[in-house]
Amino acid sequence: MPNTMTLPTSMIEPAAPKQRGYWGSVGNRLRYDPVTVFFGLVVLAIILAAVFAPLLAPFDPYKESIIGRLKPLGWKGHWLGTDELGRDILSRLIHGGRVSLLMGVVPVAIATLVGGTLGVVGGFGGRKVNTAIMRTMDVFYAFPSVLLAVAISGAMGGGATNGMIALSMVFTPAMCRVAETATAQVKNLDFVEAARATGAGTLTILRYHILGNVLGPVFIYASSLVSVGILLASGLSFLGLGVKPPTADWGLMLSTLRQSIYVNPVVCALPGAAILITSVSFNLLSDGIRSAMDVRM
Amino acid sequence: MINLLIRRIFYAVPIAFGVSVVCFSLVYLAPGDPLQTILPSDASAETIALVKAAYGFDQPLPIQFLKWLGRVMLGDFGQSIATRRPVSLEVMGALHNTATLALFAVPIAFSTGFSMGAIAGCFPGSWLDRLLTGTAVIGVSLPNYWFGIVLVILFAVEAMVLPATGMGANGSDGFSIFRWADARFMVLPVITLSMVPIGIIARSTRAAVSEVMGQDFVSTLRAKGLSEPAIIRHVLKNALPQVLAVMGLQFGYLMGGSILVETVFTWPGSGFLLSKAIINRDVPVLQGTILMLALIFVATNLLVDLAQSLIDPRIRRT
Repeated sequence: MPNTMTLPTSMIEPAAPKQRGYWGSVGNRLRYDPVTVFFGLVVLAIILAAVFAPLLAPFDPYKESIIGRLKPLGWKGHWLGTDELGRDILSRLIHGGRVSLLMGVVPVAIATLVGGTLGVVGGFGGRKVNTAIMRTMDVFYAFPSVLLAVAISGAMGGGATNGMIALSMVFTPAMCRVAETATAQVKNLDFVEAARATGAGTLTILRYHILGNVLGPVFIYASSLVSVGILLASGLSFLGLGVKPPTADWGLMLSTLRQSIYVNPVVCALPGAAILITSVSFNLLSDGIRSAMDVRM
Repeated sequence: MINLLIRRIFYAVPIAFGVSVVCFSLVYLAPGDPLQTILPSDASAETIALVKAAYGFDQPLPIQFLKWLGRVMLGDFGQSIATRRPVSLEVMGALHNTATLALFAVPIAFSTGFSMGAIAGCFPGSWLDRLLTGTAVIGVSLPNYWFGIVLVILFAVEAMVLPATGMGANGSDGFSIFRWADARFMVLPVITLSMVPIGIIARSTRAAVSEVMGQDFVSTLRAKGLSEPAIIRHVLKNALPQVLAVMGLQFGYLMGGSILVETVFTWPGSGFLLSKAIINRDVPVLQGTILMLALIFVATNLLVDLAQSLIDPRIRRT
């Protein structure tokens, strides 16, 4: 058909500008999901508040006041009241987000890197490698997560760094399983076979064919872990295994304010509310991204 | 079936062994000399030498481990640094108190979570689905130690209808769930404990149910004129094995993961024992409690595995 050969390109592909790539369609699906957008903005606000805490906090989070202890909401410009040492709760909540977010997110990042790598190696490597890696992971899987985190950080003597190490060890096995399952599924598909037939080396196959299909599930799973990470990290701080006083941290604030529930119950409940809001927002954002990316776990 | 049983048990043994290795190494994670973490700080030179020889600290690590494992198999977990009582006694008493809470929390969490998920999954997209899934998300994201404090504020501090903490006047030994004066101390901890499992079970049930709903056999059932309740019965039956796996995990979490809730309510269970052990740097208790809880977790998973293959013949073949 010589006619079609001479057609201008704009007529052959009228749909071209509408064709989005995979990420384009993901972004588009997200745009029409008001719940995810809203909680995405909440997460963004929480992160920004933590980053710019010194600029945003109305008071010095460490400034104590003997006469201004455990004051109710709105007392003398302290919108959310003051704690048992007269420090401004709002400022401490804003500053506390730094430690709480960091302690929740860093372990997830470490576990994604370590567990993801181990999982891909285990899924792609031979049977012996797979058995060695996965059976070791099964042992750590045999502990309830809170218990393992408490055990490791408790035995190591507590502290923020030990807490993050402990949480990384809690998340790594789960991350490894997700990566291993995804890798094993992709490994035997025809296009990998085809790539190998055309002479692609192991590294090339890993880089272009395996990783491209494994990163999706791994990323989704990591995003769902962030909420768990924040909950567990605050839990460790609550038990006294996180940062040391007087550092502002949501879990630690909750733990010390707990002594004052008979004096000022509303103020005492605030740090936990901050943990809940953050954790709900991360969870719903992760749910939204998952359904937009259409990854089945 | 016997074959399967034997195979699953063989699979659980190396895991239990690995678990004991991890628990053994906990002592060595602690900063400083392991002897210092095991002995009270005021121990005399003779005691140190005695314990060193008795525990075999002068021997290479693998031998130390085997000796420790041998003692543990006989039920000797060592002595608590804080109370000087055998760790096994402390752990057993605490486990009993934790199990008392779980006895109530498990049925509440499982039935509520399953009903919520099943209803949401059967009517996907409805307002009921949205309400239940939203509630479940809050359950999953809930810092339960905070929720416990809020309940204490509402029911113990403000309304003064329920006690805030502890196990009551009769203490741990005289506690009876059949006496309201004692049982009322359990109300708030049980509610707090159930919240997170309710959320998790509701979410997985909904996912499982809505997945089964989309399968071809449901359309066939509907096409041949089966009533809607009968279809739902078929769907729930097919979603059950998947839900059961999650429930098994949650049972393990309720036995071991209640450390935060028990700390909030100073409930003298295994979790509270752990948090005390951490404050006192009581490593033998830490080690013993964690080992026991992890072994319970392994055993639960084994039982769930077997129960799953009993219910679902598709699993049995693999």
